[in-house]
Amino acid sequence: MKKKEKTIKNGVCLKDRIWKSRYYYLMLLPAVAYVLIFCYAPMGGLQIAFKNYKVSLGMWGSKWIGFRNFTDFFTSYSFPQLMENTFVLSFYQILIGFPIPIVIALILNELKGGFKKTTQTILYAPHFISTVVLVGVMTTMFSPSQGVINTLLEAIGMERIYFMGEPQYFRHLYVWSGVWQGMGWSAIVYLAALAGVDPALHEAADIDGATRMQKILHINLPSIMPTIIIMLILRMGQIASIGYEKVYLMQNDLNVSTAEVISTYVYKRGIINMNYSFSTAMGLFNNVINVTMLLVANKVSKKVSGSGLF
Amino acid sequence: MKMKKRKKITLFDIVVHIIAALLLLIVLYPLIIVLSSSVSEPALVATGKVVLLPKGINLEGYKAVFKNPDIMIGYANTIFYTVVGTIINLIVTVPAGYALTKNKIPGRNMFMTLFMITMYFSGGLIPTFLLVKSLGLYNTRWILLFLGAFSTYNCIICRSFFAAMPVELEEAAEIDGCNPLRTFIQIILPLSKALLGVMVLYFGVAHWNSYFSAMIYIKEDHMQPLQVFLRRILILAQTAMNIEEGGEYAQAMADREALIRYAVIVVSSAPLLIIYPFLQKYFDKGVLIGSVKG
Repeated sequence: MKKKEKTIKNGVCLKDRIWKSRYYYLMLLPAVAYVLIFCYAPMGGLQIAFKNYKVSLGMWGSKWIGFRNFTDFFTSYSFPQLMENTFVLSFYQILIGFPIPIVIALILNELKGGFKKTTQTILYAPHFISTVVLVGVMTTMFSPSQGVINTLLEAIGMERIYFMGEPQYFRHLYVWSGVWQGMGWSAIVYLAALAGVDPALHEAADIDGATRMQKILHINLPSIMPTIIIMLILRMGQIASIGYEKVYLMQNDLNVSTAEVISTYVYKRGIINMNYSFSTAMGLFNNVINVTMLLVANKVSKKVSGSGLF
Repeated sequence: MKMKKRKKITLFDIVVHIIAALLLLIVLYPLIIVLSSSVSEPALVATGKVVLLPKGINLEGYKAVFKNPDIMIGYANTIFYTVVGTIINLIVTVPAGYALTKNKIPGRNMFMTLFMITMYFSGGLIPTFLLVKSLGLYNTRWILLFLGAFSTYNCIICRSFFAAMPVELEEAAEIDGCNPLRTFIQIILPLSKALLGVMVLYFGVAHWNSYFSAMIYIKEDHMQPLQVFLRRILILAQTAMNIEEGGEYAQAMADREALIRYAVIVVSSAPLLIIYPFLQKYFDKGVLIGSVKG
């Protein structure tokens, strides 16, 4: 401790240390330059959320208008629906999408040898398919005229349904296609954690005559709990930002009543209608919700389990 | 101990294997359907006759894909963006992860905080868009190469990986008069193939599959990546067809595109699906563990 104080107080010494680290700074330079330009400069651009941005006046020359963009958004006719769509979709996705990979990891962990490895490989495959292709395949499979799903429905005597165009199916299709694509890949993290479970625990349980189900519930699951908690906190930090790329691809004129979320609305109002200030304000609102949720989740986790992200 | 008897197959084993088989079925079925449809007679596909295996072998779809100028341009562009973009990603992200393992450099925690904040807070879509425009990168190939060049998440993975390496290597190199940059390139990197494999995969997949940036920042077709053309063929044309008749032009386009729809899915997805099993040993274990612990 004393040594550290000395080096910081002593200017020459700090200078020396910086000079000695010059090669490391060189390695950091591209990354720092990148985040300053592409992450921090846009944060400066957030000021237009509080301005009436005019392209002709520029970012700094435009007039301040306080919180008017925000109040406009909160009182707008689409606000309640956007909030509902965003949060229902997000909570639905967490509720279904978060536990499934954990269960899959616990199951895969019980498999052995070649079958385990092959199963893993195949379950990862959908992760490598692009969102465009995923939505394209869905559009095709659920197509009312040619889709295989409707062919099967008809075969068992049901009516053909235009799934992609019905607002009531949008959330299910979104969440479950996400499960299909991500369940194997998201299990990796838990599988890695399971590989680290102390074998002595299992041996002790064997001696006590525990069944395999008991071992899963009382050894494996508690062992990976810290990983689960950290993943959940991270997930909560994205609560308001659902993958707008996929939502946008799945949207059409018929299903927007449930498919429009804040982030896709930001894109439409901002990039397409060039309503820059207004959509920046919406984006900022979205971001603030995310950060708040992250902090709350972290705090709760610290209180309940004693461990958190930071 | 070696003499341990083979365990009996229990009910538990049966249940676990049945669940695993069901999961495999769920994952594989859509993939098989697409593959089967791509080599089947389009008329049979259109009437819903292809339910599992191909019917009436027909490779016209693939011929059409390779004759379609849009798809070929998109393919070439995507290869370019993926290769050059991934190289840029590696140059920006990997050395930074290595430097962050060094306690002795002043300001290390400041850099770490600088990076961490970007994980949770950003300027958002519109300010980034305005910045890109003001930098003159709008509608240029550069923007697709630079955007996302640094990833804090991947940088943390790199840092955990390098932190687990023995320091003796570097100390020996330092005594021999190597500067840290040379040590990194000549000693550390050759020992980091697992990490580099994972990074190439992560960044490469992101480049290969991205469409949103291109949709926002690229105006001209000759610079568009494959995914943008795929969106037109797979989603826009089909949705237009499903919602309404859309006139003769839409119908003609839909017919032409129905033929190549499945083939183009196969052709665009095959490279990644063929490559990843070879890298699986790297991402299955180890590399990710440290990153989760933060």
